[in-house]
Amino acid sequence: MKQEERRKLLIKIKQNKECYFMLLPFLILFFIFTILPVILSLPIGFTDFDMIQPPKCIGLSNYETLFLNDSIFIQSIRVTLIFAFLTGPVSYVLCFLLAWLINELPAKLKTIFTLIFYVPSMANVYTVWQLIFSGDCYGYLNSILLQLGLIHAPVQWLTDGNYVLGSVIVVQLWISMGAGFLAFRAGFQNIDRSLYEAGAIEGISNRWQALIYITIPAMKPQMLFAAVMQIVSSFTAGTVAQSLAGFPSTDYKAHTIMTHAYDYGWIRFEMGYASAICMILFLIMLICNRSISKLLGQGAEDEQY
Amino acid sequence: MSNIDSIRGTERQAGKKIGGTIGIFLFLTLLGLFMAMPIYLAVIMSVKPVQELFIFPPKFYVIDPTLDNFRDMFQKLSNLWVPFSRYVFNSVLITICVTAAQCFFGAMAAFVLAKCDLPGIKLLNKLIVLSLLYQSNVIYIMQYIILAKLHLIDTYGALIFPSMASPMCVFLMRQSMTAFPDEIIEAAKTDGADMFMICWKIVIPNQKPALMTMIIFSFQSAWNIQGGTLVYTESLKTLPTVVQQAANGGLAYAGIAMAAAVFMLIPPVIIFMVAQKQVIETMAYSGIRD
Repeated sequence: MKQEERRKLLIKIKQNKECYFMLLPFLILFFIFTILPVILSLPIGFTDFDMIQPPKCIGLSNYETLFLNDSIFIQSIRVTLIFAFLTGPVSYVLCFLLAWLINELPAKLKTIFTLIFYVPSMANVYTVWQLIFSGDCYGYLNSILLQLGLIHAPVQWLTDGNYVLGSVIVVQLWISMGAGFLAFRAGFQNIDRSLYEAGAIEGISNRWQALIYITIPAMKPQMLFAAVMQIVSSFTAGTVAQSLAGFPSTDYKAHTIMTHAYDYGWIRFEMGYASAICMILFLIMLICNRSISKLLGQGAEDEQY
Repeated sequence: MSNIDSIRGTERQAGKKIGGTIGIFLFLTLLGLFMAMPIYLAVIMSVKPVQELFIFPPKFYVIDPTLDNFRDMFQKLSNLWVPFSRYVFNSVLITICVTAAQCFFGAMAAFVLAKCDLPGIKLLNKLIVLSLLYQSNVIYIMQYIILAKLHLIDTYGALIFPSMASPMCVFLMRQSMTAFPDEIIEAAKTDGADMFMICWKIVIPNQKPALMTMIIFSFQSAWNIQGGTLVYTESLKTLPTVVQQAANGGLAYAGIAMAAAVFMLIPPVIIFMVAQKQVIETMAYSGIRD
């Protein structure tokens, strides 16, 4: 019986040689430079590895330390969750909404607005926020507030523990119109126009109805893509906080899991420990992705991971 | 014929009221101003002379605009061991190779992943998403080890090969292709077209928006490739690496840093404009109504 199945499988593979052949170049590169490093890195979390000596297996001790003895890690989980749950959904909805609103405009305006919203995510221009949030009176935000008389002394936006997370969240939102946003733009553009014509005959009379009955169902695949990208960008955020709030940030108020992993990996060279940190982050993102795929429902059923 | 025309007309008019469009425009303009403000400040900063850095209150315009920052940056860059043009050449070469490979291999793979229900395909789709979610700095070390085993360290290969397959681009393209009607593919098969033809002649031309978006992503990531530890020979280093070096160093260099950032942003913005124009010109009509 089993042999029979295997034979059928082989025949199917042979019949579709061409398809596999088309997949091959990507597959080889993807396997060597993405999958293989990932597989090799999985066991590192159970070892003591300083990149000079070969990894030494120490069982679960990294994970024990993480949850029992590392209060900063617990803090970093909290920061990451707050950060992700504030920036993630907001920027996801914004990406979709803005992409849709832009789609309703005439063609010339589309390019301009898409560019304006996308440029912030393009390069490392976010350092310019240092000028805006600068803690002295030369910072743009402080100077405006001082002139308006709303504050009497400059606020330390990036070093005061009360403000730092908020400031970083603003910047993160600012750079978040990235991959998901462009995917939505492309998706909107590729919706079959005949669907709208059919809709008009069936009695759809305004843009809201068209959005709900035609556009959103047709955008399911892009919504899934954007969800994954959004999860990745909001959970792995860390570089923005690091370059704006400094490292480490005041009272670890903007210390994300990624920052923690950076600290142990590239500063203390405790790669085993850093790897364990990343593993926890991966599991959190995985759970989040599962629930979002469920939430997007029906059309996404075969995509559940 | 006139019947269809009138239906198209009603779709356009009934669906989109002009007043709503103006409202959308105003809303987007307001939000756009907030989004563009820091970019504007970055550009302003890059043409601001040093003595204007400490004026209170900080100005939203430049009193005496200057290209000194750009001049200083290029001066710093032209005094390096290796002529500046070499870095430009490296970056252009790497960007072209990576973008071409990512899009060519990626689009083809995405077609198979989206439209061929074969053994192993589901697993591969899952792996792609999982690989996007798994972020770890240990990966870089493993990549380094693999590149070292392949004797690619300190060659162009170290900068090009690892970026040639982008799971993100394939995922995007695959998602977009799932909406392509199976009926057309079946029809083409019946007419005797092979899968390669179907992929390149029928499906991919139909996915212009996703393809162009993929080019934008690829170009951008390739253009920003920094050698890091993978290359140490000066003549193999890329533009971002040296521009970063030129921009480093305290507040006095804040202007140069901004000039560098603005300078590096120009090519991706141009590609973006060109590609986005193609996206917008797309009017999808599959011709199949089911």
